[in-house]
Amino acid sequence: MTRRPVFLITVLCFGFAFFYIPILSMVVYSFNGSRLATVWGGFSTKWYVSLFSNRQVGAALLLSLQIALISATMATILGAMAGIALARFRRFRGRTLFSGLVTAPLIMPEVITGISSLMFFILMAQWVGWPGQRGFTTITLAHITFSMVFVTTVVHARMLQMDRAIEEAAMDLGARPWQVLRDVTLPVISPALLSGWLLAFTISLDDVVITSFTTGPGATTLPLLIWSKVKLGVTPDINALASLIVLTVGVCVALAGLVMNRAEKRRLAEERLAYRSNE
Amino acid sequence: MPAAPHPAPPAPASAPSAQAPSALAPSAMARPFIRIEGVSKRFGSFQAVRDVDLTIGEGEIFALLGGSGCGKTTLLRMLAGFEDPSAGRIFIDGQDMTGVPPWERPVHMMFQSYAIFPHMSVERNIAYGLKHERMSAAQRADRVREMLDLVQLAPFAQRKPHQISGGQRQRVALARALARQPKLLLLDEPLAALDKKLREQTQFELMSIQSRTGVTFIVVTHDQEEAMTLADRIAVMDRGQVRQVGSPTEIYEYPNSRFVAGFIGAISTFAARVVRLTGEIAEVDIPAMDGTFAARSVPGLVEGQSVTLALRPEKISIAKTCPAAVNVVEGQVKDLAYFGKDSLYRVTLPGGDLISVHAVNARRADEGGRPADWDDRVWLSFEPGSAILLTD
Amino acid sequence: MTALAQWFHRRGWRDLIIGIPYAWLILFFLLPFLIVVAMSLATRTPTAPPFGYGGDNPLINPAGYARLFTDSLYLRAFLTSLINAGVATVLCLLLGYPMALALTRVSKSWRTILLMLVILPFWTSFLLRVYAWMGLMGRNSWFNGLLTDLWNLITPQAWALQSIPMMNTNFAVVLVMVYTYLPFMILPLYANLERLDPALDEAAMDLGSRPFQVFRDVTLPQSIPGIIAGGLLVFIPAAGELVIPSLVGDAAAPMIGRIISDEFAQARDWPMASTVAVALLVLMVGPTMIYSRFQARAEGAETDGAKP
Ligand SMILES: Nc1ncnc2c1ncn2[C@@H]1O[C@H](COP(=O)(O)OP(=O)(O)OP(=O)(O)O)[C@@H](O)[C@H]1O
Ligand SMILES: [Mg+2]
Repeated sequence: MTRRPVFLITVLCFGFAFFYIPILSMVVYSFNGSRLATVWGGFSTKWYVSLFSNRQVGAALLLSLQIALISATMATILGAMAGIALARFRRFRGRTLFSGLVTAPLIMPEVITGISSLMFFILMAQWVGWPGQRGFTTITLAHITFSMVFVTTVVHARMLQMDRAIEEAAMDLGARPWQVLRDVTLPVISPALLSGWLLAFTISLDDVVITSFTTGPGATTLPLLIWSKVKLGVTPDINALASLIVLTVGVCVALAGLVMNRAEKRRLAEERLAYRSNE
Repeated sequence: MPAAPHPAPPAPASAPSAQAPSALAPSAMARPFIRIEGVSKRFGSFQAVRDVDLTIGEGEIFALLGGSGCGKTTLLRMLAGFEDPSAGRIFIDGQDMTGVPPWERPVHMMFQSYAIFPHMSVERNIAYGLKHERMSAAQRADRVREMLDLVQLAPFAQRKPHQISGGQRQRVALARALARQPKLLLLDEPLAALDKKLREQTQFELMSIQSRTGVTFIVVTHDQEEAMTLADRIAVMDRGQVRQVGSPTEIYEYPNSRFVAGFIGAISTFAARVVRLTGEIAEVDIPAMDGTFAARSVPGLVEGQSVTLALRPEKISIAKTCPAAVNVVEGQVKDLAYFGKDSLYRVTLPGGDLISVHAVNARRADEGGRPADWDDRVWLSFEPGSAILLTD
Repeated sequence: MTALAQWFHRRGWRDLIIGIPYAWLILFFLLPFLIVVAMSLATRTPTAPPFGYGGDNPLINPAGYARLFTDSLYLRAFLTSLINAGVATVLCLLLGYPMALALTRVSKSWRTILLMLVILPFWTSFLLRVYAWMGLMGRNSWFNGLLTDLWNLITPQAWALQSIPMMNTNFAVVLVMVYTYLPFMILPLYANLERLDPALDEAAMDLGSRPFQVFRDVTLPQSIPGIIAGGLLVFIPAAGELVIPSLVGDAAAPMIGRIISDEFAQARDWPMASTVAVALLVLMVGPTMIYSRFQARAEGAETDGAKP
């Protein structure tokens, strides 16, 4: 009985309208000529011009990207280690605490992570004289810490799905345990590493709360800049900035989708070929 | 929609008419119960089922037999109401099923994967269909108990599905489907997930449950032995089409096409040409055997027609001396497989082709009992009535 | 060198893989957390940093915890947070469940695209998604105008409004929370629903259930782990949310995140901020324990239930 689930499809359409109407509205109003951000005053691109002439925005973006690159890479390394440790080493001293430590940051409200990191950095500066000044370093350290556990989750899940027999086969063929890890395990989980890295990257790039607590003089990331402007109310140049971000993300996602689609098609074609040659 | 209880007695096993090859007429069938008329199903451009006509009698065990992907499950799903036919109509008990949703059909299905609800106990699984029936709690409990006894699962009533074995799960699925007393039970490869021993045992269990309940069974299978054991009648399917319908004997002894002949049991086929027709007998020229042989004629043959002659291995006698028989051909044993109770010979014919011959080992091999050995010259013979002439 | 290599091959590689992330988390997560717990028992002093511990001050000062119950500010803030987060979670479930279910019913190729569309807002900035609603809810916006017209159309003249006051209300907070957290509800639910065997639905239909009964008896009970996962993923961050209430919320009825941040930054009362933080965590521990119990049980059932 092939029946269209009318109710479900209706809710789905409503949900997508809910998701995208605010974003579309923001894009439309970024071309608003009026200074009053909510009243339409004719088409204009002046907010884009003012955005591009704003040095602060460029600097903040650069800082955000630097922090996100470093922290995502470090988080991937540390998080993957933790994920592998949890999946492969069933028994070691302090395992319970360890698995608690990799889940706690996931459920810790950001405000608490923020103030605990800030108090930690202030007290460390007092006790051991480091960090001398808060800013780039402290933001990056905090980002690594709370994004690595997301990588751990992704890697752990992938490791549990993985067929252990291939690792055993490698061992059987004479590889030492760490060589198995390097030659078999890591390549097999590399898609999980990539998605973990991307996740950590976006989390870092998007973070406001923890960054606002761990930042110091002169270290203004893009979200902090937006935050300081948005707190004052709706301003048209933020609409323009938002539109550019939406455009960038949209293009990246579409490209990624296209590449994945191609790869998938190629894989299917190759599979079909392989089947045929078996017959 | 409460399904009426079925007091119908088990159908008399349709007596295989060994004589006339009346393969297409449902022989000695009880009241026609299901009519499938010109049913087709296409998925996009792919035609999964094409133009199937079937009539199935009340209380029958009917098997749908065919290779993987030939449309058996699709046909079953149309009967259950999960797919709508692209063309044609289905009648159950005289009622047109077009547009009747699955939950209103007097049909229950035993799924290929069993589809047992993992979050309900064995008992609640079996009771589930009864929820929709107007009956008192006591009646319902009685019915569930009856079903549990029928499939011998009473001790496991409170277990969850993951706490019982595969064979027990299969029986839960059966009990659940039977609880509402359907008029028709559809079984999609009911035994595929069981091991060989359990499968054989369950086959007989299924047959005995069917004869006790009198429900019409349609069983899908791709195992020809299973179909032969279980079914009163079999429909052989190929690429969406029904190629032949008949009792196991009819299908085996009187296949109507090379496909059916090759699909059921082992068979050797040879190109032949009709030389002369005399009454019941057709004389055919077989180049591979280098001679003319007599075979039982089939309707519609004309002299000079090209046909295929098919011989089952067990219908051929093998001897080291020339027997006095109608059809005799000389050959040489190329290969020999000894199975204990019988042996399979591969014999090279005068034209160079190979033919398979099955012979019972009536005496011990080391006491000179074996009819032939490697490289022996042998004489093969067969009855005209055993040879199958195929015209497709 | 060889000794080092030997150590590495024998067990060193293993110790390093466990030890490095372990040490990192202890230093940068556990230690800061312990500082918060200790701070919650310290005494506020007019020094820099503004707390005292030991010496003149008591080693354990539970005054902060007492204040939690005596000062109605904190109780009200907790209540506001729980209600806002609870309502947002329920709304996310009511909207997200049918969406997730619909995603399992569309064709494969559509499914990939639609899933991407669910995730896409997550990749755009969180702040900007909040900001988008600030634009929509403002007094002069087209959206507010539309809603006002609708309101005036269906209600009596006497109730007519110039515009609907949406900004700086709990309504705004809940609406924006639903908007930003909805993907967190949809994705785990979808993952759960997609794994369910469609043959089970068909079996229920075959046994006489109508579509709604199939949903109630078969789909819903099996999706409880997904509902719990999604619910916690929405509820926990929503309860501690800081950004949304600061931008669109009612300043007179602050949520708990705001209280923590204000105690810390404005009042410079580190011990009290820590006390409230610890209390919030204790409130979170309850739901999370339920969750991990459920998850452990679900996983246990799955591994027991060897498939046929
Ligand atoms: N929903 C569908 N969409 C497209 N094609 C389908 C669909 N269902 C079945 N088919 C195709 O229809 C054909 C018949 O499928 P069906 O499941 O009926 O085969 P079957 O005879 O039951 O095979 P098996 O013995 O392997 O179970 C197959 O080629 C299958 O790929
Ligand atoms: Mg099938």
